[in-house]
Amino acid sequence: MKILVTLKRVPDPEQKIKFKGEALDLSSANYVVNPFDEYAVETALRLTEKADAAARIGEVVVVSIGPKEAAQQLRSALAMGADRAILVAGDDASLDSEQVARIVAKLCEQEKPDLVLMGKQAVDGDSNQAGQLVAGYLGLPQACFASSLELSADGKTLTVGREVDGGVELKRVPLPAVVTVDLRIIQPKAVRNRVTSPEHAYQEGPRYASLKGIMAAKKKELREVTPGDLGAATAARVKIVKIVAPAARKAGVKVETVQELVKKLHEEAKVI
Amino acid sequence: MATVLVLCESKGSALRGASLPAVSFGREMAKARGAELALLLVGAGASAAAGDAAKLGAQRVIVVDDPRLGAYLAETWAPIVARVAREQGADVVAATATNLGKDLLPRVAALLDCGMASEVMAILGPSRFRRPMLAGNALAEIEVTTPTLVATVRQTEFPPAQPQGTPCEIVRVEAGAVSDLGAAFVALQETKSERPELTEARIVVSGGRGMRNGENFGFIEKLCDVLGAAMGASRAACDAGFVPNDLQVGQTGKVVAPDLYIAVAISGAIQHLAGMKSSKVIVAVNKDAEAPIFQVADYGLVAQWEKAIPELTEEIQKLKSAQS
Ligand SMILES: Cc1cc2nc3c(=O)[nH]c(=O)nc-3n(C[C@H](O)[C@H](O)[C@H](O)COP(=O)(O)OP(=O)(O)OC[C@H]3O[C@@H](n4cnc5c(N)ncnc54)[C@H](O)[C@@H]3O)c2cc1C
Ligand SMILES: Nc1ncnc2c1ncn2[C@@H]1O[C@H](COP(=O)(O)O)[C@@H](O)[C@H]1O
Repeated sequence: MKILVTLKRVPDPEQKIKFKGEALDLSSANYVVNPFDEYAVETALRLTEKADAAARIGEVVVVSIGPKEAAQQLRSALAMGADRAILVAGDDASLDSEQVARIVAKLCEQEKPDLVLMGKQAVDGDSNQAGQLVAGYLGLPQACFASSLELSADGKTLTVGREVDGGVELKRVPLPAVVTVDLRIIQPKAVRNRVTSPEHAYQEGPRYASLKGIMAAKKKELREVTPGDLGAATAARVKIVKIVAPAARKAGVKVETVQELVKKLHEEAKVI
Repeated sequence: MATVLVLCESKGSALRGASLPAVSFGREMAKARGAELALLLVGAGASAAAGDAAKLGAQRVIVVDDPRLGAYLAETWAPIVARVAREQGADVVAATATNLGKDLLPRVAALLDCGMASEVMAILGPSRFRRPMLAGNALAEIEVTTPTLVATVRQTEFPPAQPQGTPCEIVRVEAGAVSDLGAAFVALQETKSERPELTEARIVVSGGRGMRNGENFGFIEKLCDVLGAAMGASRAACDAGFVPNDLQVGQTGKVVAPDLYIAVAISGAIQHLAGMKSSKVIVAVNKDAEAPIFQVADYGLVAQWEKAIPELTEEIQKLKSAQS
């Protein structure tokens, strides 16, 4: 099984956001792998290994569209265990999901993966579009917001647990397909590939790179291409005019007792 | 004539309340672009809700009701929405950013080959919108440059549309060829609850990791019941299995903006704040006086929930009995 995983670098969500005029000031930003994409890498690795025997049974190709520096985030995915990487040159601050999706779609035509695994959303832009767009462009089935995945015995279909508004929906998609992952996909038994024993419980969360993994990653292929090389050089359709800070909430008060709280909510705020 | 097409979700004979803010968005958009407003209902049995939709001040309601559209699938719905949009000459296609809206509308945008704005908070011009980024810590003003555009609408930022004027015409449209590309709906493991919907409730009480287990959420439930509130939770509480995942409030869960939001044993990570920061009144109950949740709380109570929540439930009960 061959899986294409997309990965975006994003400013560390734990860092305070800075503004410069009507734009973000990213000059001192620390970049990390978009958490959902790290989960997608973990998911891809779980699908392509026999975990109880520590054997790889498939190929995972990670793709990022961004500046040269994004090679660092790709290397970290290689260190986790991905097999090779593709870095498509781009300015990640002005890319829109549509450009990303066009590039990913072109790469799919070249690479012909059995599965495209993406994050549900990039936590900087919070657009939540790229996976659905890729599926739409390629006319592939989609299963978005996956919290569980189970590969069929013949390896040809996936049954996906999708987090929806009123619970969890199970959807079956034939491969090739596009799947976007949600938070719970990294729970110990969320991903089943019928090769790893169903009893096997992973450690919760994405795996850490071992020292051996980090060393191995240095030797793995990281190919650099441009959108032009792929025939996917398009202009952004969604332009950011400006970015500003939201108005701060005005400071509140501490109350000493439950009685005081109820009184305030009733008489002052009038919400109960 | 230029048309704004708003997809509404229905459940039985009723429109989903979550869709009403998108209708308000549609009205405003139609005004900004000098366009007509059309509402679209899709699904097996969707006709049943057409009467309700017809009262919402649109120029027409379009219904695609077909037994082959029994369970929602992006694969079957997106081509229908895109085709209706073309036939109607729609240059704006919108829906509320519910789970279905988020899943479906980008696929529609792909088929219409146009740009898309996600989670629109405000209309600033015919193609210009305000939307949140970075867990709501930044607000972007964006311009969609394609002649046709798709948008999802943040439910909490537009008022639910109210019925107005005389009902408009209802137009039935054939589903035509339906291809699921091999995808199939298998089952829905529904979270059953008698409480109001999280995104529509006037009061929400959420619990966090500090509740320690699912059983302790019973205390939150009791408080919800005396308040007529919906129950929510932090990611940590959902991940730990204390409560179902669809109760998660936050950047990647549900976005709520009730009149009153009570956060119990929740630290206030930015990803959680992103989902509740625009609530009118925020109350935080946390044993740690330094917890970041207090920075957004209008009323903060530094206390152990074990003591504070039963007491709060009782005090509110007293207040309610005194009122009635
Ligand atoms: C990609 C990504 C997306 C995310 N999306 C979301 C999201 O949508 N929603 C979300 O909520 N989180 C989200 N998170 C997780 C978020 O970062 C936090 O980890 C999470 O919100 C923490 O949950 P918590 O406040 O319940 O737990 P903690 O941070 O562990 O806080 C528990 C709190 O309970 C208090 N407490 C403990 N015992 C008691 C007691 N007896 N009485 C009173 N108080 C007590 C403690 O003082 C503490 O403040 C996301 C994270 C990532 C990486
Ligand atoms: N610049 C990028 N490079 C690689 N993948 C990306 C990029 N931008 C978005 N993606 C992928 O698309 C998903 C959804 O992104 P978005 O639609 O921007 O919220 C992310 O989780 C990534 O997997």
